[in-house]
Amino acid sequence: MMDLDAKIPSGPLEDKWDSHLEHINLVGPRNRPTYDVIVVGTGLAGASAASSLAAQGYRVHVFIYHDSPRRAHSIAAQGGINACKNYRQDGDSVHRLFYDTQKGGDFRAREANVYRLAQTSTEIIDQCVAQGVPFAREYGGMLANRSFGGVLVERTFYCRGQTGQQLLLGAYQSLQKEVDQGRVILYPRSEMLDLVVVDGRARGIIYRDMLTGEIQSSAGEAVVLATGGYGAAYFNSTNAVNSNSTAIWRAHRRGAAFANPSFVQIHPTCIPVSGDHQSKLTLMSESLRNDGRVWVPRKKGETRSPADIPEKERYYYLEERYPTFGNLVPRDVASRAAKVACDDGYGVGSTGYSVYMDFRDAINRQGGDTIKSKYGNLFDMYEEITGESPYQQPFKIYPAVHYCMGGLWVDYNLQTTIPGLYAIGEANFSDHGANRLGASSLMQCLADGYFILPQTIGDGLQPLFRDKVGTDHPAFAQAIADVNGRINKVMSIQGSSTPLSIHKRLGKTLWNHCGMSRNAGNLQGAIDHIDQLTQEFWNNVHVTGSAKDMNQTLERAMRVADFLEVGRLMCRDALERDESCGCHFREEHQTEEGEVQRNDEKFAHAAVWEWRGEETAHRRNTEKIHFEHLQPATRSYK
Amino acid sequence: MNEPQKTLSVRLRIWRQPIGNSNGQFVEYGVNDIPVEASFLEMLDILNEQLVESGEDAVAFESDCREGICGTCSLVIDGLPHGEGQCTTCQLQMRNFKDGATITVEPFSTGAFKTIKDLVVDRSPLDRIIESGGYVTVHSGPKPEPNSIPIEEDVVEDALDASACIGCGACVAACPNGSASLFTSAKIGHLALLPQGQTERYGRVRKMVEAMDNEGFGSCRNYAECQASCPKNISIKYIGRMNKDYIHATIHGGDNRGPVKAT
Repeated sequence: MMDLDAKIPSGPLEDKWDSHLEHINLVGPRNRPTYDVIVVGTGLAGASAASSLAAQGYRVHVFIYHDSPRRAHSIAAQGGINACKNYRQDGDSVHRLFYDTQKGGDFRAREANVYRLAQTSTEIIDQCVAQGVPFAREYGGMLANRSFGGVLVERTFYCRGQTGQQLLLGAYQSLQKEVDQGRVILYPRSEMLDLVVVDGRARGIIYRDMLTGEIQSSAGEAVVLATGGYGAAYFNSTNAVNSNSTAIWRAHRRGAAFANPSFVQIHPTCIPVSGDHQSKLTLMSESLRNDGRVWVPRKKGETRSPADIPEKERYYYLEERYPTFGNLVPRDVASRAAKVACDDGYGVGSTGYSVYMDFRDAINRQGGDTIKSKYGNLFDMYEEITGESPYQQPFKIYPAVHYCMGGLWVDYNLQTTIPGLYAIGEANFSDHGANRLGASSLMQCLADGYFILPQTIGDGLQPLFRDKVGTDHPAFAQAIADVNGRINKVMSIQGSSTPLSIHKRLGKTLWNHCGMSRNAGNLQGAIDHIDQLTQEFWNNVHVTGSAKDMNQTLERAMRVADFLEVGRLMCRDALERDESCGCHFREEHQTEEGEVQRNDEKFAHAAVWEWRGEETAHRRNTEKIHFEHLQPATRSYK
Repeated sequence: MNEPQKTLSVRLRIWRQPIGNSNGQFVEYGVNDIPVEASFLEMLDILNEQLVESGEDAVAFESDCREGICGTCSLVIDGLPHGEGQCTTCQLQMRNFKDGATITVEPFSTGAFKTIKDLVVDRSPLDRIIESGGYVTVHSGPKPEPNSIPIEEDVVEDALDASACIGCGACVAACPNGSASLFTSAKIGHLALLPQGQTERYGRVRKMVEAMDNEGFGSCRNYAECQASCPKNISIKYIGRMNKDYIHATIHGGDNRGPVKAT
């Protein structure tokens, strides 16, 4: 079994973080420039960590597969970022944010990490404002707030519907400042394809120069993965088309344990699937549920246009089923409710798999101009894609894969099970349990990147002083040979299935059997099907062009190869977690009202999967969750 | 429900240029059975699937978020950066094209942007403009309480109008002079409006304008094509403000120290 010591500091919950900082190893300012730190990914977590580490004096090497650090998919986050500033004096506090996050995650996250996240949240807003992030203000010039799902306070800070963009630009600009200072070296168009481990420590990475196809390596005393989640395994998702799991999966295969892979968030408000050609699903921010009312017709197979359906024939299912939280129930609850409504035949739209989100009442009450100022760009985006104006008729929405709560297992220092390898942001598993609350991913990315990792990384680095391993170490040559071997194999198959077609079929299987609703039979079937697809990939994939050229077909093929393995592990994890919790709804375990039924006696733990080689099955280890401060309760939003 | 899907066909004239080669040519392709709900880039996905299936190298083009915010996509379509209408290439929908149309697709290649392969260009000069000074110098760590510095609502909105820039480079591709003035002025304008950006304001404008010139972008001649092609509707008023600040910086002197270099 793996040694899963999370290194949680002792002492009261409120004091853990401070006392931890008082006792960990530090690297002195004069020595920091002698350490090379590799950061992979420049979303909110990666850019904030890289700029913070560089400003402290470390020599930071930043790898991205984009042409510019500003393209990372954090940029697409719309609604906002949580922080318990309690500006509205509506009962917010560190404890309240901690409680909401734990409850939202259905009591499947580590208390100490979540509490630290809540403590750090207020500093993030201060930091971002100091960088010039233009958060929305009230008339008096004070910061404005709005509300997100699963909470009863207004703690979300926002920049119209483009909060992620503005926060990322703040982090990106800080990163570019460090590039100018010479403390950050950028490697754009460079995709990490393997991790190099020497004597049990992460010592560097192997990457492909995406312009020349050259396989190269970089060495450092620490490697930080900030490469996001693996939701694109489903093919149709709100992720960007290049989002992938290769960096974390390759690290996993080198020994980093993978926790809770089946915990994937399905976001309730997305533009529905319209056909096979679709390359991505567009999210409509959760903030819309502040004013939009979700409903379906009470009559099955309704053909009237929504405006012609009188009030009493509309079923506002969230408001009726969950009167306390109404339209602002958490994402997993809202998504499942939409699925149930459509499965029961009440869905609308050409496929019958959509529900209405209606702003008629909000526009009547607040005026079209107010609604426009709050959500204008989202309304426009919807109209551009669908050709329908939400000012005139309700949005048609349906859930879509959005975010991964699961990820690489990390301890309190955000270090994985491989010493020297860190995972931050969506790439790790630590803070959101079995369901993430809206506007909390930006918070976690920036907490990890600006405040936590820069203070904890020294703990592992300090003992390494002057202990360097260069790219001339044989482990690097071996890893380069491995990667070249894999690429050559993919290029040489020359079969008849395109990487895209295999990816689409994998996605369909995962969506149908490892999505909003799961059961043992379907999950076993999905595993068998994925095994067939994996066979097909390695015997019959067809990649054109040359490996020594810019080759997007090859890039996709390499990512799909890893998605197949990730997808299989997701299904296994879902199969072996024989309870329902948060996003993980096992049909075998539900209440009479169709809500999730947890089993704390057996499953109050993180499932931590260990790679044991190509020929040996994964091993499932567990990290028990200690409920010291919050006793798990049945999660109710009624 | 389930009525037959409407489709269309188009002929594409696509710029193809091998990597490491400065010469390219237009190649014609036909794409049939495109669902009307498809986006323009999804139509190119269909083309690339066809090419891969027939053993040919797919057309290299860039995109990522496919919802108009990351700024990765960059095609000149029938002579217009991002095509007809003020949106990004990824937001163009096939329902807006005529069945049987011939569509010419080129890269954003212009002056300072060099073509890498097919429809992919190098826009790193834009990153280097930001690198020269497009930031507020703050380290990570405790900061003052933000509500201690009130900012008027309309000032923040103005700043956000400028910082909505996605760095796609359409402004450069649209400009007859290949100028990056709209891009540069948007960042300068964003930070110059906010109290947090005041300390470095004049040093910033001087450094960024010089970086822009050094990258080989043309100068602004007030064609205003940039504004017309900007998918985020960024106004050329920021260019006016940039010029005003630049004159101030050159006459009165800005902060000439430059950042403290690492030792």
